[in-house]
Amino acid sequence: MSAVRAGVVARVVRYELRDVAKSRWLLGYALFFLLATDALLRFGGGGTRALLSITNVVLLLVPLVSTVFGTMYLYDAREFTELLLAQPVRRDELYAGLYLGLALPLALGFLGGLLVPFAVHGVGDPSQWRLLAVLALTGVALTCVFVALAFAIALRSEDRARGLGAAVGVWLLFSLLYDGLVLLGVMLLGDYPLERPLIAAMLANPIDLARVLLIMQFDVSALMGYTGAVFEKFFGNGGIAVAIAALAAWVAAPVLLGARAFRKRDF
Amino acid sequence: MIEIAELAKRYGRRPVLQGVDLRITRGRITAIVGPNGAGKTTLIKTILGLSRADAGRIMLDGVQLDGGVDYRARIGYMPQIARFPENLTAAELLALLKDLRASTDRDRRALDEELIDRFALGPQLDKPLRTLSGGTRQKVNAVTAFLFRPELLVLDEPTSGLDPVASSVLKDKIHAERRAGLTVVLTSHLMGEVDELADDLAFLLDGRVRFAGALEALKATTRQATLERAIAKLMAREAA
Repeated sequence: MSAVRAGVVARVVRYELRDVAKSRWLLGYALFFLLATDALLRFGGGGTRALLSITNVVLLLVPLVSTVFGTMYLYDAREFTELLLAQPVRRDELYAGLYLGLALPLALGFLGGLLVPFAVHGVGDPSQWRLLAVLALTGVALTCVFVALAFAIALRSEDRARGLGAAVGVWLLFSLLYDGLVLLGVMLLGDYPLERPLIAAMLANPIDLARVLLIMQFDVSALMGYTGAVFEKFFGNGGIAVAIAALAAWVAAPVLLGARAFRKRDF
Repeated sequence: MIEIAELAKRYGRRPVLQGVDLRITRGRITAIVGPNGAGKTTLIKTILGLSRADAGRIMLDGVQLDGGVDYRARIGYMPQIARFPENLTAAELLALLKDLRASTDRDRRALDEELIDRFALGPQLDKPLRTLSGGTRQKVNAVTAFLFRPELLVLDEPTSGLDPVASSVLKDKIHAERRAGLTVVLTSHLMGEVDELADDLAFLLDGRVRFAGALEALKATTRQATLERAIAKLMAREAA
């Protein structure tokens, strides 16, 4: 495996950024966050409550948009990918370029939409800065995770409709079905000690991981009863580091899976 | 210039190339023809490294291609379908390709932008590619293939989507570059075009080369005056 030349990656990223930056999708995405955050700050009551509402929007929307946009972009760029691969460019370089060229503008669109209203309205309580920072970082991490998942899936299916379907299926699983399944498990196995399995279940789902990381910042974990106490204890003992490492692994694993698929793929 | 030996490729269970042997001579134009699904595009993509062969080998000037990418700096490629990122302009696309090649072409020769003028693309260069017609995008596609004065030109159905004027411009360009020593590999399903352009012909059927040689030789052995009839004769013979 020959080394990736950063210069080549940077060139691909630069031009892809120009392309994606002019996309109406991205503009709409950033605008939505801008309007939603602004509205919640204006009418959502106190700063913390607004932040809690925004957290829910972020946890639902960032993965969905990253998944759909990532899948569609890769299918649309198929002929372009071919053209670039016919140049003296290595596959890993092009893959890195394509990935960063999409994850970066999506993350920036999200950050812009989220942070501009706060810059305008200000943050009421200094303790909320920390919350906002965690929210921003978590959103960026989720963008990276789901663009990578979208790429890994889209590269394994020639058929556009099937690829998109599978990607949305993964989003659906992680954002909606997963919690239901975990709850079902808890109900069925309620007589057993479930702390460890529950923490494992949380680490195995990037959205849950992000949610728990965020909720821990809100001082409402006490309201979450028994499991909340379990998490509190877990995060108190260096669990935060574990959670962040798990989120990083959630970015790395699909990126590497996608790179493998990209290397083997016939264009 | 290129020697292909026992090249095999299957997509899933479907075999596409089943032991292709072919020699492409430097300084000549080789046309790869055959019915749809014969493996023409796959063969071309394997030369470019876009598809990976399951077996066999490709030698470029006596050096076996092994997955390295630097040899592509010597090749100009015009894919069959011209679809580009929608929001980029043609000028940005060309700038990207120049940037990418700049890192490998140490002694960069002057770029060949003749086709931009010949196609009168100047006014279109700064419009987003999505707003250009299919034919215009195909012209941009052709420009990218010639841009870096390659030693080897690989064209997949080069005139599809071009109007007669543009098609003639492109053919004239191919002839001119051939006279200057360029090697060309092209696929086509238009026999008139092959007759007009090619020196050599490789007839591909079901993933095998059924005929390879000079156009004149094919016409002589089949005793037909036109290429279309010569190929028809060849196919009839295969079927018999």
